Amino acid sequence: MEKKLDVHRKQNIRSDKIFKLAATIAGSFVLVIIALMIFQLISESYPIWEAEGLGFIIGTDWNAVEGRESFGALPYIAGTLVTAALAMAIGVPLSIGIAMFISDAPAKIGGPLGFLVELLAAVPSIIYGLWGLLVFRLYFQDWVEKPLHNLFGDSIFLFSGTPFGLDIITASVILAIMIIPTVSSVSREIMKAVPQQQREAAYMLGATKWEMFKLAVFPYSKTGLIGASILGLGRAVGETMAVTMLIGNATGISAFPSSFFKPSQTMSSIIANEFVEASPASLHLPALIGVALVLLLIAIVINVIAHLLVTRMMKVKEGAINN
Amino acid sequence: MTTTNEKRQEYRALFKNNVKKRLLVDKIVHIIIFAFVIIAIIPLGSILVEVFKNGITAISYEFLTATPGSIGSGEGGIGPAIQGTLIIIGLASLIGVPIGVMSGIFLSEYGDNRLARNVRFFNDVFMEFPSIVLGIFAFLVIVLILGHFSVWAGAFALALIMFPIVARTTEESLKMVPVTYREAGTALGLKKWVITFRIVISAAKGGMITGILLAVSRIGGETAPLIMTILGSSQFFSSMDVPMDALPLRIWRLSLLPYESSQLQGWGAALVLIFVIIGINLAVRYYFGNGNGMIRKLIKQGGLVKK
Repeated sequence: MEKKLDVHRKQNIRSDKIFKLAATIAGSFVLVIIALMIFQLISESYPIWEAEGLGFIIGTDWNAVEGRESFGALPYIAGTLVTAALAMAIGVPLSIGIAMFISDAPAKIGGPLGFLVELLAAVPSIIYGLWGLLVFRLYFQDWVEKPLHNLFGDSIFLFSGTPFGLDIITASVILAIMIIPTVSSVSREIMKAVPQQQREAAYMLGATKWEMFKLAVFPYSKTGLIGASILGLGRAVGETMAVTMLIGNATGISAFPSSFFKPSQTMSSIIANEFVEASPASLHLPALIGVALVLLLIAIVINVIAHLLVTRMMKVKEGAINN
Repeated sequence: MTTTNEKRQEYRALFKNNVKKRLLVDKIVHIIIFAFVIIAIIPLGSILVEVFKNGITAISYEFLTATPGSIGSGEGGIGPAIQGTLIIIGLASLIGVPIGVMSGIFLSEYGDNRLARNVRFFNDVFMEFPSIVLGIFAFLVIVLILGHFSVWAGAFALALIMFPIVARTTEESLKMVPVTYREAGTALGLKKWVITFRIVISAAKGGMITGILLAVSRIGGETAPLIMTILGSSQFFSSMDVPMDALPLRIWRLSLLPYESSQLQGWGAALVLIFVIIGINLAVRYYFGNGNGMIRKLIKQGGLVKK
């Protein structure tokens, strides 16, 4: 009897060990994939680093014609950073405003409204692109771009160019719309994490609602709000389809973003546009993979920073609530 | 120490002035914020209205089932695209869900060590990877090695997008199962894996299904990773080794054509896609969204937004 029990226990341990091993392998899958991905991108883009060296990052030529191949990704890196920064400039104030409204509104209004904004997040990127290309662009061109161009086109270089609707500013505005759900829902969570006593204390000092936000909410949630914004930045940097359809797809030096009304190109859009046509035998494919590598590294850095900030904020919140 | 009447008047004026200014600022901020909310709602309304208005005219039985006609003719339909999207979602779930669920079990049941903390962190970061880079990865490890476009490559790329979302939602829902359930299982002398599969998972089913459905709705609209893996085609599915069509790819191709009839078909395809995706989202929220805060947590983790 005793022996039998012992055997049973051994079996018990063995099957559980297998279970734990399987779970651990599945859990580590993500780490393996990330490592493998970076390794693959580096090794497959190696030819372009060999051929162009640092010139690949600071160069502006982009010529895939055989014999005259020359690749420099600077305009696309700049395009990505400029569109993402503009999207942040437009989207973050809007998102934080919405978060303030929802976190402060009674549940009957705040709930459905938050839900609506989150529904924006469920709309696929390609549909933003379609809507942007066939609807939004036309209105934006007539009501915003042309007036601005007529007013400042000659005097300020930012507004020069032809306001055609397929340019940096249109892509940035669409990106801003796309990051609003992310930034506002994370910001709302963070504002909700501010202890109620802080708000009450501010009200007790005679603060108006706006002063309450300034006194109690913003100082407390600063880190988290910055984190939420950077999360939105990460999303804007990686966004592909909507931007590809709206940015005008220039290549080479002409893609360098120097005016709001100029067609440009981002890292993700040049990949989407040219990847299928690139021949694996030439330098074109390694160049595009090199662009992907740069994009991935930028995205990783942005997201690691954002997650560290947001998690820190949430930890502060847990501490505050437990006390 | 009595305050004279003049002094009192003066203080009162100062106070009134101060309050008036502050109330004015408060009012202005209120208006600005309200305007912000309206501005954010307009695009959503416009997208839904335009997709419905333009899409509904394109929808017909033929449109939903036929292969695309010649370019610009306005004939044919999106049958292969719908079929392709269903196939690729099925295959991606076949790969992504088991890995995601096991990974979630690892994070929840064996989750208090350094490895798990790293996994959790990188899981969150991985969720935010540009999806086009995942497509290139699938291209490099599958298409380039096989030498031709492959449905598996597309499914693999989408599975990579899917599994971190499933892992995180599984973890969150498993953690919500009270520890007493597990202790009850242990007291019955059950093995840990039996406890996990038979007790914990069946208690956490709702949350896990929510996560899986939201992940499905997320990958259903993905376009970028499909460009370099399944490429797009105008034929119905015939084999795993040839290009296949998918709804987002079809919308992309149609929208770039300069013909109005093609764009109208693009709207039609968009209507089908948005109907499915918003439908899944609404259904999930309606059935599982109340009470447990699951959705909000998921959104906080960033699993919901398209790239």
